[in-house]
Amino acid sequence: MANPKSAYSVSTKKEKSDTHIIVVWVDNEAGVLARVVGLFSGRGYNIESLAVAEVDAKRNISRITIVTTGSPQVIDQIKLQLKKLVPVHKVADFNRNDKSVIFKEMALFKIVGNTNKIKKAINACKKYNAVILDRTKKSNVIQITALRREIDKMSKNLKKFGLVSVSRTGAVAMTRGDKIFN
Amino acid sequence: MSKLFTGAEIVFKCLEDQGVDFIFGYPGGAVLPIYDELKNHSSIKHILVRHEQGAGHAAEGYARSSGKPGVVLVTSGPGATNVVTALTDAYMDSVPLVCISGQVPTHLIGTDAFQECDTTGITRPCTKHNWLVKDIKDLSKTLHEAFRVATTGRPGPVLVDIPKDIQFAKISYSKPKPVKKLNGKSINHFSQRDIDELIDLMNKSKRPIIYSGGGVINSGPEASDVLRELVQLTGFPITSTLQGLGAYPGDDNQFLGMLGMHGTYEANNAMHDCDLLINIGARFDDRITGKIDEFSPKSKKVHIDIDPSSINKIIKVDLSLVGDVKDVLKGINKTLKKKNFNFNKSNKHQISKWWEQIQKWRTKNSLHFNNSDETIKPQHAVQRLYELTKHKDTFVTTEVGQHQMWAAQHYKFNKPNRWMTSGGLGTMGYGLPAAVGVQIAHPKKLVIDIAGEASVLMTMQEMSTAVQYNLPIKIFILNNQYMGMVRQWQELLHEKNYSESYSEALPDFIKLAEAYGCKGIKAETPIELDEKIKEMVQFDGPVIFDCRVDPNENCFPMIPSGKPHNQMILGPSEKEENKITGKGKALV
Repeated sequence: MANPKSAYSVSTKKEKSDTHIIVVWVDNEAGVLARVVGLFSGRGYNIESLAVAEVDAKRNISRITIVTTGSPQVIDQIKLQLKKLVPVHKVADFNRNDKSVIFKEMALFKIVGNTNKIKKAINACKKYNAVILDRTKKSNVIQITALRREIDKMSKNLKKFGLVSVSRTGAVAMTRGDKIFN
Repeated sequence: MSKLFTGAEIVFKCLEDQGVDFIFGYPGGAVLPIYDELKNHSSIKHILVRHEQGAGHAAEGYARSSGKPGVVLVTSGPGATNVVTALTDAYMDSVPLVCISGQVPTHLIGTDAFQECDTTGITRPCTKHNWLVKDIKDLSKTLHEAFRVATTGRPGPVLVDIPKDIQFAKISYSKPKPVKKLNGKSINHFSQRDIDELIDLMNKSKRPIIYSGGGVINSGPEASDVLRELVQLTGFPITSTLQGLGAYPGDDNQFLGMLGMHGTYEANNAMHDCDLLINIGARFDDRITGKIDEFSPKSKKVHIDIDPSSINKIIKVDLSLVGDVKDVLKGINKTLKKKNFNFNKSNKHQISKWWEQIQKWRTKNSLHFNNSDETIKPQHAVQRLYELTKHKDTFVTTEVGQHQMWAAQHYKFNKPNRWMTSGGLGTMGYGLPAAVGVQIAHPKKLVIDIAGEASVLMTMQEMSTAVQYNLPIKIFILNNQYMGMVRQWQELLHEKNYSESYSEALPDFIKLAEAYGCKGIKAETPIELDEKIKEMVQFDGPVIFDCRVDPNENCFPMIPSGKPHNQMILGPSEKEENKITGKGKALV
């Protein structure tokens, strides 16, 4: 994580870094993602994962979910800087350890091997809402939705069952219960 | 059916409705339709510069000295890339600019067409916002929105990129509707409770200091008035950043001078030892804070700023009031007067010891320099310039370097908007074109660019602009034949290895002035200095003044990199014991 402060200030104090999920509602217009991502790279903030899509076609609103790490001061800066962008409507921020928020990522695994191995792979994926999207004699494409670290673990564990390709999304987030972001 | 206008006509209709009097620009293929339309709009005067960077800085000078947004018009490709330095400069120093750039026709975008570049991509990080207008229907809305974004909240530059086919396309035009707030980004977020808390802190404080910045200037002249009232009501000492100079009178006894890297001994020590620090419209820039860990260690910190992202960015504060400086200070003054009728008296007693300490620091006379009868000392030159022009309402711009710091230290400003300098970006070559813009905004006033010989050569071509429009700007060059600040750092940090910092093969500035069709004056000795300055001031027309100064003079006092406020180098004699070592050497 780059230090966002000036070179004049070699800080001797190291603040604890936390992982946060930042959700940004933006006008879905040309260049808006570049503005958001450029703000992160230009100020030396870190992006662990990114998910973006239009969520309201009528109002033309896209929702960007960014997973980032930083000290509380850096996280505050990220939020405040994002709010200054003209196409940004609102910004929400959650600590990854926040129990009242659901975080999910999706991954596609391609397993190539004999039936026995594929079966074992499917079994291993079962607790992560596994869906078989494609099936041949020699291969399977399995979709799972899970937390980042769970997908990390699975992509490691499935290697021995013939995992040849992984494709995964960034995290998306939503609050539990009837509460919505404001 | 209502009348149809071309895109180029709509550009001017928008500028007229925004009350624009001047645009600074340079024509080219992709803006020809707009230039063609210029003749039909007599209320808008175009100032032809000699390089697009000059247009940007001139617009900055115009904006800073007048409080109105500066408007720039450039062509696609190189026109747009040349203005990037000025846009970045304006972004760093919060100057409202609206830059209109031409673009290749929409069907050619992305084909690497002649003079095509990704203008909105290039300028995205150096503007508050930018737009590529791909549909004539969006043009007027976008232009009015551009002015709104540039001038509201923390001001800054914006850019509108208009493809050539859009400039030809036709549509009807309607005047802008009254503005409504965008995305709920309102400005003032402070409450009476915050003000009460601040006043409580002020009541308790025994060693307070006010540190004001460019935000006071940007908030308008009224903000300077209320700041003066606040200082008078409280009896607190006040210091200012480079950008804030003029908001509070420079010759007032409660003013401690500028703070920071080349600030006064009393200002920096007061910042270090205070128990209450009130930041008004400044941003804890690294030139101000010095070493962060040891910045003002004993104080409660209060930050008043219009930009929420400035709060806690560098320095954590105990109390923040987000809002327009003018509105916040008005609220504070009102409460002070209403609630604490005796505050003034009792508090003055409470902080009398603090003032005694400040007086002790003042006796160090940190701006002192050893004057000479033989060579002109640059500080002396600025002091004489000040003494001989202070009776006039003088506007001063600068380039960047030693001369800039000497100007800030020795020229005393009494009014806001009289001091235009590139602080954040530190752009050499800013001062001359900025002076052009200032003179456009204030045709009858005395406008001086205190310059260095290296900086001024970066945008010297704008003398042609000054001559063309008969702008009597005075370019006062402190010519020490060095990139002085570079030389100073090489002396202090790199064992006097003056690598490439000597100004070799300088032009004869007198002849250069004559070649441009203006007046050249040279001063070489202290005896002739006053007469020559008077000659410059009295001359009705642009002047290049070649003031030959001591090439070896350094700018003191100085906080060496990596050191806190209370470890300043006061002058040449002190250099050795305060040597910059280790990590400090790597800093900028």
